[in-house]
Amino acid sequence: MSINVNGNPVELPGDPRVSLLDLLRERLLLTGTKKGCNQGACGACSVLVDGERIISCLALAVQYEGRSVTTVEGLAEDGALHPLQAAFIAHDGFQCGYCTPGQLCSALGMAAEARRGLPSAVTADLEADSMPLTRDEIRERMSGNLCRCGAHNGIVDAILDACAGGGR
Amino acid sequence: MIPFTYTRAHDAAEAIRLGADAATKYLGGGTNLVDLMREGAERPGALVDVTGLPGAIEESQDGSLRIGAAVRNTAVAEHRAVRARYPMLARAILAGASAQIRNMATVGGNILQRTRCAYFYDGTVRCNKRTPGAGCDAIDGFNRMHAILGASAYCVATHPSDMCVALAALDALVELEGPGGRRTIPLTDLHRLPGDRPDLDTVLGPGELITAVVLPPLPWAQRSTYRKVRDRASYAFALVSVAAALDLAEDGTVRDVRLALGGVAHKPWRAERAEQMLRGRPAGTESFRAAADAELAGAAPLRDNAFKPELARRLITAVLGELMGDAA
Repeated sequence: MSINVNGNPVELPGDPRVSLLDLLRERLLLTGTKKGCNQGACGACSVLVDGERIISCLALAVQYEGRSVTTVEGLAEDGALHPLQAAFIAHDGFQCGYCTPGQLCSALGMAAEARRGLPSAVTADLEADSMPLTRDEIRERMSGNLCRCGAHNGIVDAILDACAGGGR
Repeated sequence: MIPFTYTRAHDAAEAIRLGADAATKYLGGGTNLVDLMREGAERPGALVDVTGLPGAIEESQDGSLRIGAAVRNTAVAEHRAVRARYPMLARAILAGASAQIRNMATVGGNILQRTRCAYFYDGTVRCNKRTPGAGCDAIDGFNRMHAILGASAYCVATHPSDMCVALAALDALVELEGPGGRRTIPLTDLHRLPGDRPDLDTVLGPGELITAVVLPPLPWAQRSTYRKVRDRASYAFALVSVAAALDLAEDGTVRDVRLALGGVAHKPWRAERAEQMLRGRPAGTESFRAAADAELAGAAPLRDNAFKPELARRLITAVLGELMGDAA
């Protein structure tokens, strides 16, 4: 029973009560992923599983056997920040930084969803073939990630900059 | 969280064999059940993971759509046939929870999610849903989010699903399989009103599993939508929501209409009285408002949610007006 975390195979816990979040933080010491509310209300624990964003606090680790998890620690390549991470710095997309790892993982999943044409609650034409990332679209699609510092304007700017052009 | 065993089922028969025990619960995406287990509101001794059960979204010859219970909420809202033929369903799903949660949550789990009444979650207060016979602290408590239709002296909780409001309006059928065999029931018959047993959310028997949801053909549901009013613009439960479809005749009368409300009752509330009043009547604000008045005539608001009946009336009137579009 194993899962893959940031490219490395990891043994799953024997106790099914262990959440994916606690596996990452407490057992693998990957503390980038944050525990905010631990009840699915804040998005700080967002990670990517096979490229799809989920919240890891309400995910039992055993449910993800054989899957590939990417956390914030897995975004940089060869010591170079992911372009979205660089954009968050350039646009002041944070203050305290606690929600940032979740924002980053969520935004990457979000950009992939928009690229493949998934509509959102604010999309006027449900049947459109492409879903351009406007400010309103980004705000709606990122509503599962709260920022108590109120850095949302910078966050939206950073995502527009790094993701709206169709980049990775 | 109390200890439990975890098993993954590969098909419905295996799940039902493993899930026949009363202390066993079926597990979908976990976005509600795991939370409830952490809070002690659910205490199963065993979980049977049903997310691996086969089942996709299949279009039938007769124009109906069959959606496997393990299909994720995102996949339903994304499906081309859902977006084109049942827009109210795509919009209802996209109005619910967050994108992360929709990626995890299954169709079966969405239907069987439990109320978000804070008194149900809180083990230090009285709740008849959590402990039958204990009493209800919500009735005289903070009850802004609570029910105005079909509630009882035992429970004023609401069903939190957006998806189910659209399913109720669309006459969706729910396929069930259990130790006693298979049966299919209308979604509107699945959830119960609280009565004196609010601990029972649904009519499901022990070990019974939702295997699929079927949307019957309804060509005029192309003209349908879902509108949700909440305390913030996104990622919040409904104060009131409306799923509606409108079929207008050439002469401007209502040939047919579908209407269901969320955020107002212990179950997704199909507004049959309003629908009945509207069929054959001239479409327009006056008749929409009269139908809404009739539907809400029996509303019994609580201390903090007296705004809901009028909000529901305005929402019904506005959404039907929107669906009239250029004919208005």
